[in-house]
Amino acid sequence: MSNTKFILGVYEDEDILLSAIKTIRTAGVKIHEVYSPFPVHGIDDVLGYKRSKLSIVAFLFGVLGTSLALVMQVGMMGVDWPMIIGGKDFIPYPSFVPVIFELTVLLAAYGMCFTFFIISDLKPWAKPRIFDLRITDDKHVMAIDLDQNKIDVAKIDQILKDNGASEVNQKTFDEA
Amino acid sequence: MSMTTVEEKYDFSAKAKKNLLITIGIGIFLTVLGIVLMNMGGHHEEGAHEGGHAFSWVNRLGVDIWINNIYFTGIAIVGVFFFALQYAAQAGWSAGIKRIPLAFGSWLPIAGILMLVSFFVFGHDLFHWTHHDLYDTTSHEFDSIINAKKAYFFWPLSEHPSTPVFFIARMLFFFGLWYYLFTKLRKLAFQEDLEGGTASWYNMRKLSAVFLIIFAVTSSIAAWDWVMSIDTHWFSTMFGWYVFASWWVTTLALITFITIHLKEKGLLSIVNENHLHDIGKFVFAFSVFWAYIWFSQFLLIYYANIPEETIYFVERWNNDQYGIIFFVNLFLNFVLPFLLLMPRDAKRHTAILKVVTPIVIFGHWIDFYLMITPGTLKENGGYGLVEFGTMLIYGGAFLYVVLNSLSKAPLFAKNDPMLDESLHHHVL
Repeated sequence: MSNTKFILGVYEDEDILLSAIKTIRTAGVKIHEVYSPFPVHGIDDVLGYKRSKLSIVAFLFGVLGTSLALVMQVGMMGVDWPMIIGGKDFIPYPSFVPVIFELTVLLAAYGMCFTFFIISDLKPWAKPRIFDLRITDDKHVMAIDLDQNKIDVAKIDQILKDNGASEVNQKTFDEA
Repeated sequence: MSMTTVEEKYDFSAKAKKNLLITIGIGIFLTVLGIVLMNMGGHHEEGAHEGGHAFSWVNRLGVDIWINNIYFTGIAIVGVFFFALQYAAQAGWSAGIKRIPLAFGSWLPIAGILMLVSFFVFGHDLFHWTHHDLYDTTSHEFDSIINAKKAYFFWPLSEHPSTPVFFIARMLFFFGLWYYLFTKLRKLAFQEDLEGGTASWYNMRKLSAVFLIIFAVTSSIAAWDWVMSIDTHWFSTMFGWYVFASWWVTTLALITFITIHLKEKGLLSIVNENHLHDIGKFVFAFSVFWAYIWFSQFLLIYYANIPEETIYFVERWNNDQYGIIFFVNLFLNFVLPFLLLMPRDAKRHTAILKVVTPIVIFGHWIDFYLMITPGTLKENGGYGLVEFGTMLIYGGAFLYVVLNSLSKAPLFAKNDPMLDESLHHHVL
């Protein structure tokens, strides 16, 4: 129901882009997101992104996998249906290690992947906002959400142009 | 964006020398004290006299010296291995720290002499296979399994065992070859300082590739000869890897520790948290690798449950003396580094690295203790002043030689073609 309006600065070169991000942010303009056809080194720092906490999620899922594997094997082999295999104890911990390892890796990997999908809004039914088709080809596009900025449009236009944007466009998304 | 790099040199100060000599002095004192204490209360081990060979403090000293021989030889040659690996892999990040492992190689000639001499002095106590009656069919001591391995120890063509010529020849050959390749690599490295250009780098890469192949074979055989043959009946096809993994992670931890030490002295200005992060990842990853190798060897033996194989772990795990160290070994070398080095910040700042690397360095000494002591001293083994003392003597001497060697040349190669890449190295 609301309309979201963006100003898009199109950049040709990643070095110009990086210095532009710096000046634009110091000028007080909030940048929604920057899209580029390839990873730009150091862009996270310039955009002021904090380090992702995804690794902690991975660790916790790993611990969950370890616990699950232990509980499962002790439950099956030690409680539910104890069997003597190779003259070992009913609960032979060394034999459990490969399964513990595998489940730890499996849950850490899947847990991290799905968490990443969720926090990055990559659910299958998500409608992606396509700002400019050329971001998958040869242009870097800086998107500035007008709702988040109190500075007036003409001024932002000017700042973008002054900092090396090859063109400045606007795009509005109708969102239900 | 080119940075001017000033040549840096490590000054092996008189104070540092004195501290290391004091460490060696304390080591000698503790060793002697330990031996004296052992002899004063030494009559409660009467059971040991029945086995034909009386146990004395000489045996224990010999075993401790042998542990240190293996341990420090390993660090020395694996230091050269790290250096060679950087060239073979065309690694750029490590340009600032490569001279540290290279200096480890300076211990090789001393290690070789020490090992040869201690083999002649203690070899008979250390290695069961040196007993000649094992090969005598008329003797009641005859051992058909060891007899079948006779050619490997003595000489392929010899009928009767005399001096273990083949074994000693291999030892001399390995040390000779390692030392030769080490000096050649070092010569090329220093030549690069003077001449610049890329010719030295290409020559080093070629030589490194040759070294890596030679090292792969010789380090495995060395592990069978010097460590695995102590338990002469027993064998493990993973043993070469296992010994290498232990040496490798120890060396990585020592490189990290010395790098941090030098940085705290205001040296190695070109090394920053990005380089520490990478070498820290190495310590973390190869602690896991060591555990993986350790467990792979253990699980197969545990699961198959064949008595001739399980004896190795019966002697170490189901044993009052060594049982505790068996778990301490796993805790220090796997659990601690795995959990402590897992966070990113732990590898980028020196605080945790400074705690974990000494633990790993010490932990792998224990690993070698566990490989060597149970098979040689059996129930007479122990841990106390003699072990700690010999460790200090060897550690002090090793560091003295290495730091002395490090002070002889610039800390990093100013003409290294990889230096620029290292200066801009950035880890996310």
